[in-house]
Amino acid sequence: MSSSWISAALGGVLIGCASALLLLAHGRIAGISGIVGGLLSPATTDRAWRYAFVGGLLVAGVFAAALAPASIGAPVRSPLFVAIAGLLVGYGTRLGNGCTSGHGVCGLSRLSMRSLVAVATFMTTGALAAMIAGGRS
Amino acid sequence: MTRRVSLFVAAVAGVLFGAGLLLSGMTQPARVIGFLDPTGAWDPTLAFVMGGAIAVYAVAHRLILRRSGAPWFELRFHVPERRALDLQLVVGAALFGIGWGLAGMCPGPGIVAAAAGSMDALVFVVAMLVGMHGRHRSKLRWPAV
Repeated sequence: MSSSWISAALGGVLIGCASALLLLAHGRIAGISGIVGGLLSPATTDRAWRYAFVGGLLVAGVFAAALAPASIGAPVRSPLFVAIAGLLVGYGTRLGNGCTSGHGVCGLSRLSMRSLVAVATFMTTGALAAMIAGGRS
Repeated sequence: MTRRVSLFVAAVAGVLFGAGLLLSGMTQPARVIGFLDPTGAWDPTLAFVMGGAIAVYAVAHRLILRRSGAPWFELRFHVPERRALDLQLVVGAALFGIGWGLAGMCPGPGIVAAAAGSMDALVFVVAMLVGMHGRHRSKLRWPAV
């Protein structure tokens, strides 16, 4: 806990730099749910950069498993809860057009009112869900 | 050639983003839940992730849009222009938050942790893709909701 806020802030800075690079190079907002969702929609015409970006995320994960396995936390919920959570996250982020990255980082940075409303909403329901589910698995 | 470079840069952005998630602690569901739940052993450190990211991106976003006429590899910037505060936004964000608080995982960390071999995260990501697909399907039937 003592120094974890430093790595949290540094990680945040990296996320900000990555998002800035994507905007500078491809003119896109680094919203993970939007990037991934675009790959699932038949209407999408720009798939290549999306695949490349998601490929980068996967590479980071593979390296983490080899070099820093402690950075991947153990499961807290049973697979059934995790699957329900995944469905809600997938449907909700496409309905609300964004997640922690698109609304949380990029949207708040752009002073978007839509993103402010989205962040206030998902922080509230996230807190409620975490409280209610509590230590249960 | 340019196309290859452009995809390489997008991949580099993805690696950096993933590294940021790993370093920050966002790939540890127990910490995410500890951050979201103020009634438990509240751990506020993950607020610094958003703080650090916004500190960089708020400045970078303005500079990039002001200084460069176009991105390196595209004709124009694709920045969201929608303004409406509609029901979809609020309901969608609410559902997302419930899933996030339940599993302690959001889309980016889920994908990174799945690639690292976490079965839990793999279940999450597959379910997430199904949920996204479900929304795309329902959009065809009820475009306004």
